[in-house]
This record gives sequence, structure tokens and C-alpha cells, in this order.
Amino acid sequence: MPQSHIMPGFRPALGFTLFYLALIVLIPLSAMLLKTLQLSLEQFCAILTHKRVLASFSVSFGATLIAASVAAVLGSIIAWCLVRYPFPGKKLFDALIDLPFALPTAVAGIVLATIYEPKGWIGKVVMDSIGVQIAYKPLGIVVALIFIGLPFVVRTIEPVLQEFDSAMEEAAASLGANRWQAFVKVILPNILPAAITGFALAFARGIGEYGSVIFIAGNMPYVSEIVPLLIITKLEQYDYAGATAIGLIMLLLSFVLLLMINGLQWWMRRRNGQL
Amino acid sequence: MSAMNPSFSRRAKPLTLNDSVWLRHTLVIISLLTIVLFLILPLATVLIEAFAKGWSTYAASLAEPDALAAMRLTLLVAAITVPLTTVFGVSAAWAIARFEFWGKNLLITLIDLPFSVSPVIAGLIYVLIFGAQGWIGPWLSDHDIKVIFAVPGIVLATLFVTFPFVARELIPLMQEIGHEEEEAALSLGANGWQTFFKITVPNIKWGLLYGVLLCNARAMGEFGAVSVVSGHIRGLTNTLPLHVETSYNEYDFVGAFASASLLAGLAVVTLVVKTFLEWKQKQDLKAARQAAAE
Repeated sequence: MPQSHIMPGFRPALGFTLFYLALIVLIPLSAMLLKTLQLSLEQFCAILTHKRVLASFSVSFGATLIAASVAAVLGSIIAWCLVRYPFPGKKLFDALIDLPFALPTAVAGIVLATIYEPKGWIGKVVMDSIGVQIAYKPLGIVVALIFIGLPFVVRTIEPVLQEFDSAMEEAAASLGANRWQAFVKVILPNILPAAITGFALAFARGIGEYGSVIFIAGNMPYVSEIVPLLIITKLEQYDYAGATAIGLIMLLLSFVLLLMINGLQWWMRRRNGQL
Repeated sequence: MSAMNPSFSRRAKPLTLNDSVWLRHTLVIISLLTIVLFLILPLATVLIEAFAKGWSTYAASLAEPDALAAMRLTLLVAAITVPLTTVFGVSAAWAIARFEFWGKNLLITLIDLPFSVSPVIAGLIYVLIFGAQGWIGPWLSDHDIKVIFAVPGIVLATLFVTFPFVARELIPLMQEIGHEEEEAALSLGANGWQTFFKITVPNIKWGLLYGVLLCNARAMGEFGAVSVVSGHIRGLTNTLPLHVETSYNEYDFVGAFASASLLAGLAVVTLVVKTFLEWKQKQDLKAARQAAAE
């Protein structure tokens, strides 16, 4: 119901919005559901419990979980430094944080593979010093996903830290808390919702990520094959049913993650007194 | 999440600066190391690899017919998708920020949905509809219409992945600005379009440009979704990001990184303009708040 009778354009604006939403998003997505419904339950389960599919899910989940956790920690530290400490070049570094949002994933992919391969700049150093190969191993997937996930964490925590009233820290200090106690009891509870939200955003993006991962992953079935790649492989073999069944699981996962993230953001706003 | 935070410079941070030098330096070094390893080094590598065999090889690989065709296709796809996503974003924001209706929160969630769907799935869904074995695939091939492995498929996949970009910038912005000025114009006799172009557009212009900018970056840079529907036909259905992949997989590293350098350049320009627009928008909002307070 329009809140104001004078404001025009409600019907055309909402009408076009719904039409376009249905055309580009809802109808195509429901095509996937209908395609899956053509399968019997046994066929559906057989596709999903195939060893290679299960392996790709565990590779994707494992790598994304590790990467999002690392991104959450590093991102929190970066956000903290950007908000709280003065250091030279801060503005530039702050602007650079968004690079993974802006850089096309294929470019990120070939660049990360080049840097972290055994003969690459960092890959060689790591290989020579501790004998660990990064690129073309599952570890390469983690590196690519940290790159992708980092800005989500930084950009979620930064505004919360900026809004955060340091009077609370001062109060804690004047009541005799040391810096560590103030951090654990005052700062951490306040930025935790943002850190978890950032982690969830990084996870949601990472689990479906394709472009930046495939160049560095090695893409060995059972070892370093991610779910999105397996979907494409099945499509290329004209196994539409297989691709769709796996895709549907991924889609449901995105739904769940999206709802979780909405809930987390609501929690975050409430914690920060904006609700 | 809105990007509109009050400036934080007014706050003194005595406590933070009391953190031990050791702690501060450790944290700053971890941050800088991460930024250098994950952000600056990759950017530098693009240029170093692109010019690894000199300027003339770089220029020659960009002047290759396949590379030029890829650039043209990328520009074409952006030229189609960005305006459509923009019109959708404005109309969605108008409906959501100016009116109350049932199911509004669900609508906002659905608009955000393409953000959290894997790009591969964005491609897959169109293959299921328009592909050879898809719903209307047989009908399309009877009528000699190509969608998948052709430009229309690439456009559709790009429309899907860029779907929320403009809407999600404008909705919070228009909610924040409020509708008093528009109502004033309307009650003074302006019609809907006049109000929109004379009041709304000037108010939201920086946010609108911001959304268009990010939408354009994604449209030109999308890889996963486009990769599924393109078929990777050199010179025909390869966009610039796909051309990067094809060249890389054929061990034409200079060619791959030369094309990549164009896309990296686009990313850097996007970041610079984005920083500028954020600053502009903050200024405008500050001015508006001051005017409202007076």
C-alpha cells in the first residue's frame, strides 16, 4: 500500500521490478529446480553420493572454511589498523582493499598462479624455505579464496570500529581493566558480530568462486577439484542432470547462507544500536 | 550496509595510541604484509608479465584480431547490460524506498540473491533453458536462433550477475534522503517525471554513478558465468576475460597478461573513481544534513 498518495509511479516501478526479477532471476533459477524434479530420488542421491562429487564438496568446503577463517583474522587486523593506527600511505592501502572486488577473477586467477607457483616469486621462497608447494595443490585454492574473501571482512568490520565509542574502552580502563581485558570484554564483543558477518560473506562468495581458483588449483579430481569446476566439467560432458543436481545443492546452500547473513546483519545493527 | 558513516576524525584516540609500540608495529606489519602479498604484488605482476618481452610484443598481442574481437565483444556486452541493470535498479529503488507494500523485505532479499549464487550456476540456468537439450533449445534451433554459445547467452549471464549492483546502492541511499523534497515538488504541480529528473536524480547522482561504475566493472570482468554460456570461440564469443583464459591455457603468457593488464587498468580506474564518488556522496549528505539542521 503506497504510504503517500501524492507519490506517483508505484505500479509501473514495482511492476517492472517484478517482471525483470522474474525474467532474469526467478524463472531461470526455477528451471534448475524443474530439471532436478525430472530425476528420481535414487538418481538424485546417486549423483550426489558419487565419490568424485563428495570429494569436490569436501575440497570446496574445507578450502573455503580455512580461507574464510584466515581472511576473518587478517581482515580484522587490517580493519583495526586502518581505523585505529596512523601509518604512512593509509588512504592508498584503504582504497586498495577493494581490489579483489574490482579485479576480474580471471586476472586474479592467472596472477595468483604466477606468483604462487613453485617457480613464482613467493611460491619459490616458500618451496625453498619450508618445502611446501602452494599452487596446483589444495593450498592454492585457499590462497585464492583468502584473496577473494579479504575485502568482505575488512569492509564489514571497518564501519563498526569507526562507530565504536572508545568511551567504553576508557571506562573499562578507568575501572582498572588492562588493555587485554578491555579488548576481550569490551572491544571483542562489539566487533564479533561484524567479524562473523564478514566471515559468512567471505564463505558465501568463496564456496561458489570459480575464476580466481581454477588457474591455481591444479584441478585434480578427488584432490583439488572444486564444486563449481565439477559442474562445468559435467556440462561439458553433456551430463545436464548431474550438473543440475549439484547446482541445486549449491543454490540451496546460497539461500541458507543469504538468510544467515541477513540475520547476522540484523544482529549486528541491533548490537550497534541502530535498531 | 550503508557506506554513510559520520566522520570519525573528531574522536580522539588516546587509548589506542597507548597500545604498546610493539603491539602496534606487529599489527601494522601483519596488515601491510597481507596487503602487499595479496593485493599489491598481484597488481604489479600483471604489468611485469605483460611487458616481459617488451613494449612491441605487448602492443602486438593487443592488436591481434582475436584480442580486438574480445575487446569489442566486452564493450558490446557492457553497453547492453549496464543500461538495463541501471533502469532496473532505479525502478526497484523507487518502488522500495518510496512505498510501503507487502513482501518488501522478501523482494530486497531476492534482488540480492544473484550476489550469493555461484557464477557457474548463473551460466548453468541459461543453458538449461536455451541450451541444445534445454526447455526451448529445440524450438530455437528450428528457428535458427542461437542463444547459448553466442552473444545473447553472454548478455543474459551478465545481466544475472550484475543484477543487484545499482539497486542495492540506491535503495539505502533513497531511504536515507527521504521523500520530502519530492513531495514538495509534486504538491507544487510538477509531474512525476519532472520530479524524478529535477529532484530525485540530482539527489542520488553520486550513488547512481557508483552503482553504474561497479556494475560496469563486473559486466566487463565477469568470467565464470560467461565461461559457461560462451563456448570459447576465438574471435566470436570470447570476451576479454575469456580471451585471457584462452591465451593463458595456450601458454601465450604475454598475450594473456597483456589482455589482463587492460582489465587490471579498468579495475584500478574503477577503484579511483569509486573513492572519489564515495567522498562526493559523503560531502553531499553532510551538506544535506546541515541544511536540514538549519
